[in-house]
Amino acid sequence: METELLRWIVLLPLLGFFAGVFAARTNRPELARFTGPAVVLAAFVVVLISVGRLWSLPADGALVDKMFTWIEAGPLSIDFTFRIDRLTSVMLLIITGVGSLIHLYSLGYMDHEPDVARFFAYLNLFVSSMLILVLADSLPVLFIGWEGVGLCSYLLIGFWYKDMNNADAGQKAMIANRVGDAAFLIGMFLLFWSLAQVGTASLNLQSINEQAPLLAEKLPWVPTVVCLLLLIGATGKSAQIPLYVWLPDAMAGPTPVSALIHAATMVTAGVYMIARLSFLYVEAPGAMDVVATIGALTCLFAATMAIVQDDLKKVLAYSTVSQIGYMILGVGVGAFAAGIFHLMMHAFFKALLFLCAGAVMHALHGEIRMSHMGGLGSKMPITAKTFLIAAMAIAGVPGFAAFFSKDMILEAAFVSGHTLQWALGLIGAGFTGFYVFRGYFRTFTGESRLDPEVAAHVHEMPRVMTVPLMILAVLSIVGGWIGLPFGLLWGDAIGHYLSPSLATPHGHHGHPTTGTLLFLMTLATAVALFGIWWAWTLYAKSPQLLETVYARTRGVYTVLWNRYWVDELYDTLIVDPYKRTSRFFWKGVDAVFIDGLVNGVGAVVTWNAGVWRRLQSGNVSHYALGMLAGAVLLAGATWLVLQN
Amino acid sequence: MELPILSLILFSPLVLGLILLFVPSEPVQIPQRTAFVFSLVPFFFSLWMLARFDPSIGELQLTETVSWMPTLGITYSLGVDGFSIWLILLTTLLTPVVILGSWTDIRKRVKEFLFFMLVLEWGMLGALVAVDLFLFFMFWELMLFPMAFVLGIWGGPRRYYATIKFVLYTMAGSALMLVAMLYLVLAHAKTGTLTFDIVTLYDTPLSRLEETLLFWAFAIAFFIKVPMVPLHTWLPDAHTEAPTGGSVDLAGVLLKMGTYAFLRFAIPLFPHAAEDAFPIVIAISVVGIVYGAMVAYPQPDMKRLVAYSSVSHMGFVMLGLYAFDVTGITGSVLQMINHGLTTGGLFILIGFIYDRTHTRQIADYGGVWTVVPIFSVLFLIVTLGSIGLPGTNGFVGEFMILLGAFRNHPWAVAVATTGVVLGAAYMLTMYKHVVFGPLKNAANETLADLNLREVIAVAPIVLLIFWIGVYPKPFLARIEPTVEVLLSRLERAGATLYLADRSPAADEPERVAAR
Repeated sequence: METELLRWIVLLPLLGFFAGVFAARTNRPELARFTGPAVVLAAFVVVLISVGRLWSLPADGALVDKMFTWIEAGPLSIDFTFRIDRLTSVMLLIITGVGSLIHLYSLGYMDHEPDVARFFAYLNLFVSSMLILVLADSLPVLFIGWEGVGLCSYLLIGFWYKDMNNADAGQKAMIANRVGDAAFLIGMFLLFWSLAQVGTASLNLQSINEQAPLLAEKLPWVPTVVCLLLLIGATGKSAQIPLYVWLPDAMAGPTPVSALIHAATMVTAGVYMIARLSFLYVEAPGAMDVVATIGALTCLFAATMAIVQDDLKKVLAYSTVSQIGYMILGVGVGAFAAGIFHLMMHAFFKALLFLCAGAVMHALHGEIRMSHMGGLGSKMPITAKTFLIAAMAIAGVPGFAAFFSKDMILEAAFVSGHTLQWALGLIGAGFTGFYVFRGYFRTFTGESRLDPEVAAHVHEMPRVMTVPLMILAVLSIVGGWIGLPFGLLWGDAIGHYLSPSLATPHGHHGHPTTGTLLFLMTLATAVALFGIWWAWTLYAKSPQLLETVYARTRGVYTVLWNRYWVDELYDTLIVDPYKRTSRFFWKGVDAVFIDGLVNGVGAVVTWNAGVWRRLQSGNVSHYALGMLAGAVLLAGATWLVLQN
Repeated sequence: MELPILSLILFSPLVLGLILLFVPSEPVQIPQRTAFVFSLVPFFFSLWMLARFDPSIGELQLTETVSWMPTLGITYSLGVDGFSIWLILLTTLLTPVVILGSWTDIRKRVKEFLFFMLVLEWGMLGALVAVDLFLFFMFWELMLFPMAFVLGIWGGPRRYYATIKFVLYTMAGSALMLVAMLYLVLAHAKTGTLTFDIVTLYDTPLSRLEETLLFWAFAIAFFIKVPMVPLHTWLPDAHTEAPTGGSVDLAGVLLKMGTYAFLRFAIPLFPHAAEDAFPIVIAISVVGIVYGAMVAYPQPDMKRLVAYSSVSHMGFVMLGLYAFDVTGITGSVLQMINHGLTTGGLFILIGFIYDRTHTRQIADYGGVWTVVPIFSVLFLIVTLGSIGLPGTNGFVGEFMILLGAFRNHPWAVAVATTGVVLGAAYMLTMYKHVVFGPLKNAANETLADLNLREVIAVAPIVLLIFWIGVYPKPFLARIEPTVEVLLSRLERAGATLYLADRSPAADEPERVAAR
């Protein structure tokens, strides 16, 4: 169905961006404090109306808003078109819904920030870009959003630009993302020309999905290569192995940014992209296995690093990397709907965790090290309780969000025969329970390790910040019920809802028995609860054990604390050699070799001219001799020519 | 009778420049303001030309031909098509921008400087509108002199070295081209007509050896101008020493002469040789992209960094030309404009800040956002355009070039795409060290932000960065038909790289209206 409504979903936050720029320029922070959240709320309303219309259409229907032709030359024709189907509708609700809550929260959080107008301008621009990403009807338009969110991430990580560390972190994010984006571009090119060969050259998402089987039939290697290239793009944006290194550093940005961009929305774009192209991915089972493996490895790998962090936000950052690993694992084993389901749940509980961390940070005047916290629960009851709910949700305590969504992914991994990946995810679940409850106990319970001066001023947050926490807490509890197992009540409602937008992998393994499912579920829950129990033992019940554990695991601890030295490895293997080579090209090749040649030619000419100049002696007899020699030579040459 | 619009565009800078010489030189505001108003005249003429330009025609149009030296077959003939139209507009736009932007940069012999800028505009426009080989060559050489004067009189401390390097390099190329040009005309004369008309010369019968030698003579002259690695070292020196106005014209238009002439002369005149040369041209383009980006990275001088970035970006343009594909060449022509805008914008902005501090060393800055927010935002926008962020002009051009070239040269494109990462690396590193962080240099605490004049000077560039990024259709629609004409000419000559046996479907490109 054609409608011009969709463009307003993007334009409203974009208008907010311009209002924010205007407010920043004219020094009217109060204007941006109004428009910033208002435009996102307005976009949320338009999304609700649009989704309402979508629901009145048949299951595979879509709303389309065709605006103009963007790039057109030769066989390439890219329309600037927005499209909402069921998959997009879920994303839209998350972005504008959770986005609205985070914008409201930011009103309180950025209360004392003089540059608040710039903050809201960036944040609005981010929302706008993210919406383009999910509304796009073609890969290049998706790529506008894809790089647009990257830009906003760059700007917001470096929001407090006066600290060079923040600027460094922003740039690291941008470059890591660009590495992925380069692969993404090559994937697009290969896809385009391959489609030109077998069918219709196009980068339109519908067209790609429709032609995917044909492509797989005629050029079987192409879907695999394209999917792997796009996966590299996803590892950049969604912070997976090997490009995840930017996300922990990205915590340098204001905490609402971490909640919105680096937890709820942007970093899940890779998952969305794979789900969006599910019809192409199912034609590349080999690539799917790689996707699943990357997801599973990242999931466990990041979780191990989360357990030793002292910085609460860093715990959550590694947790995000790990949780996106689950989503990638989900889409990798063909459980696209489960991946999106977990994406949605994660948006609730991870945004909540970050906002709670932000509240703590706000109360402690920027302190984020857990070694300087403790016992905050009594002073900040709402924050503590909502954090606890979110912790239960992420750990997968029965009845809470991730209990359903994570379970669905692990189940799908097991059932589809990805036993190794399943095992990694299962162990990851134990780590999840451990690190998140470690965070909870160290922050909110036990003895206070606060600086007494700071402790005196600790207080609960104002309403504008706590209400979003409470709403997200409710969603973290009940949200998971949209995907119930065993056909309880409405059953897997989210899966049914999404199914028209998503592909089903070939050679589907059919339905496992209820017994198997029950066993898997019990096992996953037991592992998670074991993790929680350990955290409780070490950080709440008998902290004296901690020393023993430290002593026994010092080696492992060092490895984890240094984050496996991956950053150092990248510096040694890539960054430093690049810098050295660049310098060599400049100082060695360009300045010495090439310019040496150039100047050498110049010097030779000068020298040469000096030699020849001597011939111009001014002595007539020399010239006469020269003439004679020339004449003889000429005569000789003529004679030779005539002879032949 | 229709007005000879191209002649009006071409000669208005010269005539007005000569008039300018009779304006009093003191106070400097008089020649400055006069020159600015004067420079708007060719711009409005070129807008008029744009209005009269028929986008559905790929061949040369608005042509004017007057017999000049009939015994030698030389005519005064002008014309415009999709390859030149936007470059003409870029030239006429950049001149007022440069004049406005050089208000405080040039402090001595202001009137003479402005005169040379107008003469330079004349020379550049002449090379763009000429469709007679002799006339083209004349203007090609003519451009050199005002540029050399600008560089040699108003340049930095090492200006003589830079000027001599620039002049000698270009002259060396020109000498090769002149010989090749005369040989070509004489070869064509064997068919009975002595002519310098380009379109007629396209059909000169040549042996493969002749074609190859002539192609390389032209190509080397153009490679120097582009410049292609390893013939590029004159550029960083010229840029570093040139005053802002000179740098903008140099990067904005002069470099494009190389790629433009490649498209106008080297490829259509010698299609087979051009085709044979593809491994070399593709290789040096890709090497240029990566090498330019890498050398740009550690540069301590902002202008030098941008100069090396030009080497990298022009590699993209060259790669696009050698796509031998509609999308690639169209993108390449667009990218010439884009590079002119973004690099021109970077040089102007760097010039503005240099006016205030008299240093271009990145290390002398840091944390200037607080003191000069308008500068910082504009600098960011132009930087983003330069690294090809989607939504800005750079993306559209790069995307089309890489996509177009991928069809014939997938591996070369795979390497070239790393330029996307490397470009972000050097540009953002420079931006970070200039704008972010604590305010390092106490001297910068009193830095004044851009004034209205300066903002107005950059405004058209910023506007076009977004316009071309979001709605490039009016630009592409006028370029593409000419590209089609070129490609059908190449096809007739049997020089289509190895397209035909690669994808038969591509012969009739099917436009896919996205659903």
